[in-house]
Amino acid sequence: MSRYFVLAFLLVALGGCSSDDGTTGGSQRDETPNDDPKPVSFERSTLLVNWADNIIVPSYEAFASELEVLQGTFEAFRSDASTDNLVAFRAAWLSSYLAWQRVSMFEIGPAESAGFRLNINTYPVDAEKVTANMNGTSDLALPSNRDAKGFPALDYLINGLADTDEAIVSKYNEADREQLLAYTDKVITDMVGLTGTVLSEWNNGYRNTFVSNDGASATASVDRFVNDFIFYYEKFLRAGKMGIPLGVFSGSTLPDRVEAFHEGTISNTLFLEGLSAVQDFFNGKHFGSNETGESLATYLEALNSVKGGESLTDLINIQFDKAKESVASLRPFKEELMENTVPTEMGNAYDEVQRAIPLLKVDMVSAMSISIDFVDADGD
Amino acid sequence: MTSFKEKYLFQNVEAAPLAVFRILFGLMMFVSIVRFWSYGWIEKLYVQPQFFFSYYGFEWVKPLGDYTYLIFFVCGFSALMVAIGYKYRIAMVLFFVSFTYIELMDKTTYLNHYYFISVVSFLMLFLPANAYFSVDARQHPKKAFKYVPVWMINSLKLLLGIVYVYAGLAKLNSDWLVKGMPLKIWLPSKFDTPLLGNLVQTEWAPYAFSWLGTGYDLFIPFLLLYRRTRIVAFVAVVVFHVLTRVLFPIGMFSYIMIVSTLIFFDARVHHKILGFFTKMLRLSKTLDGVGATWRPKNSFKMAYVVLIGFFALQVLVPFRYLCYPGELFWTEEGYRFSWRVMLVEKSGYAQFKIVNGDSGKWFYVDNSDFLTPFQEKQMAFQADFILEYAHYLKQHFEKQGHAQVEVYVDNQVALNGRLSTTFVDPAVNLAAQKESFAHKNWIIPFKDEIKGL
Repeated sequence: MSRYFVLAFLLVALGGCSSDDGTTGGSQRDETPNDDPKPVSFERSTLLVNWADNIIVPSYEAFASELEVLQGTFEAFRSDASTDNLVAFRAAWLSSYLAWQRVSMFEIGPAESAGFRLNINTYPVDAEKVTANMNGTSDLALPSNRDAKGFPALDYLINGLADTDEAIVSKYNEADREQLLAYTDKVITDMVGLTGTVLSEWNNGYRNTFVSNDGASATASVDRFVNDFIFYYEKFLRAGKMGIPLGVFSGSTLPDRVEAFHEGTISNTLFLEGLSAVQDFFNGKHFGSNETGESLATYLEALNSVKGGESLTDLINIQFDKAKESVASLRPFKEELMENTVPTEMGNAYDEVQRAIPLLKVDMVSAMSISIDFVDADGD
Repeated sequence: MTSFKEKYLFQNVEAAPLAVFRILFGLMMFVSIVRFWSYGWIEKLYVQPQFFFSYYGFEWVKPLGDYTYLIFFVCGFSALMVAIGYKYRIAMVLFFVSFTYIELMDKTTYLNHYYFISVVSFLMLFLPANAYFSVDARQHPKKAFKYVPVWMINSLKLLLGIVYVYAGLAKLNSDWLVKGMPLKIWLPSKFDTPLLGNLVQTEWAPYAFSWLGTGYDLFIPFLLLYRRTRIVAFVAVVVFHVLTRVLFPIGMFSYIMIVSTLIFFDARVHHKILGFFTKMLRLSKTLDGVGATWRPKNSFKMAYVVLIGFFALQVLVPFRYLCYPGELFWTEEGYRFSWRVMLVEKSGYAQFKIVNGDSGKWFYVDNSDFLTPFQEKQMAFQADFILEYAHYLKQHFEKQGHAQVEVYVDNQVALNGRLSTTFVDPAVNLAAQKESFAHKNWIIPFKDEIKGL
């Protein structure tokens, strides 16, 4: 009797040692997704399908076609650098910049490996670097050139070369014409190329990888994406677009850090588009439609119906709405920062944006039992 | 009274259980260290961070940069020495000191089972676990004993009993038993567990697990003590710990507990285990030693005093929370070192603000400049972490040339599925607060009520 006992025990112990930490060790998970119907539960795979097919991929597609339009208006401007063509080019730039706000948060998989966000929208732009690159050879794939490309570089090239449209247009018709056009072309081509890569990887394989990784470990799609989503909200939307220019991390305002600084009036429009994208994603709203599908909101509700607590979904949406409202009532960030010695109203709006973070990072994550970042240590 | 003393303390019994405990404990510890090392956790938890959270009074215990690996090496190596029983006393001291040092380096990584290991190894300093089936016993027949006083084995049983019973008592609260919290949060997220995937998502599973877990913790030591229920109890031990291992990321703890509970079996079982080792390793039976009985030297009297004090502390320390006002799960004052295992789901968010006391100028701190994600996570809901970090920030910014540095925090904490609420008073300048064992009156009291122990 006890001999078997000992044997059984040793087996358990050995088995245990070898199967340690399947949940946190990294890419060891390879069991097939479980398709059994689940009683009370929420289907993470449905959630992932909705995210991928109705939100992420369509957003990338829309962004890619916006870039095509941008490229078209640039071609027109290249053949005839007139004020009208500049205005059209600028409008396409703004429109694609807005579309960008709807994909910036999806920094996972192909976008993550391409460093998509850093390559498309690192600001403030280094104008001197742009000029230097223009007059020499430059490799835009280099990390050192991230602040001389993407939307911020275009911002400088379209809005920042001079004070008036006439003066800008004349730059494109003077001695620097060829260099300016060539560099603008290079920047746009780089953006189109990167976007094409990301989109085609989603369409050729990554979508399935993403959707089938529907488990509940630190490396599962939902867990990883929720981390990325909160990271985006905290670092890029809240801090990048508002907090850093506002000086909340430095003690004094830094107006030159606003997004689209050279254009100067659209930083809050871009912010609000980003915030809407975040809220729509939270609610599972299909891209370009009012339909909604499984989302973080419905996931929370499914958990809440079991838990019988307050509706966290409502609280989060209310906070997003408040944040939107208070940012919408501001003048462009650059004006707020340059014309007020103490930008109180922008500070208050920032606080509203900030207040969503504990709800997302503490309450939502804890309700879903998702660990923040890949903390792969033991618990007890 | 004499018969009690005789029966439970000084009666001589076979030393085999002690030997088996030593061997398996040493091996488990060795595997734990190798596992920890191989996952790169030494680097990640003790070498890379620029700041470490200290236990009050142990601020001098810090990682030693790359030499931290040396401490782990000593720890792993001494564990092996313990397992084979070679220079046991020295090995045990080395293990206890190195392991405890590691645990004291950063309280971010505090786990009850690490504390358990420190406590067990402290007790083992006083037990001649090398008396039987060890290299020492073979090399020095004078150190070999076939019999030891029964208290040596009973003290280990007592320690395990304390761990289980206190873990059970801690579960006697309304969140755990009535609300099924935090298992109601944890279990459904384990939907992809093989075989159990559907079970954990049922509405009754959290309650069943909560109640069974409580019953298990409270009664298992007694069921193990009683000969007729022992085998069933051991099966329960295996099932319980394997189950928790499958469902939760608790590393080696499950196996250590399973191994430890073998101490409850009588010597026959342990002889079988030793026989198994003998066969496996092709050892000669001479390790069985002679028929000598261990007798305390005069100097051992001190050990009795220390051990009585040790157990008194073990019994009292978990109740120290009664000295603090407010809800224990919220303030966590007197929470650690009390076998409160997997008991609450807590997370927090802490945004620190550095204010110049003269000019009122302020800015926020980006925690990721100073802390690892793991440290930030642990810091955000524990008051002593928040205070220590605030002091560090003050120091850091003063060094940078800021004057009149005041530190405030906007801190939200969620406990067991409740909505997050403010934990630390945002109006209190943490830089001016002192750490001590006294109650931290800048913790905002808990808004809800949790009934129970």
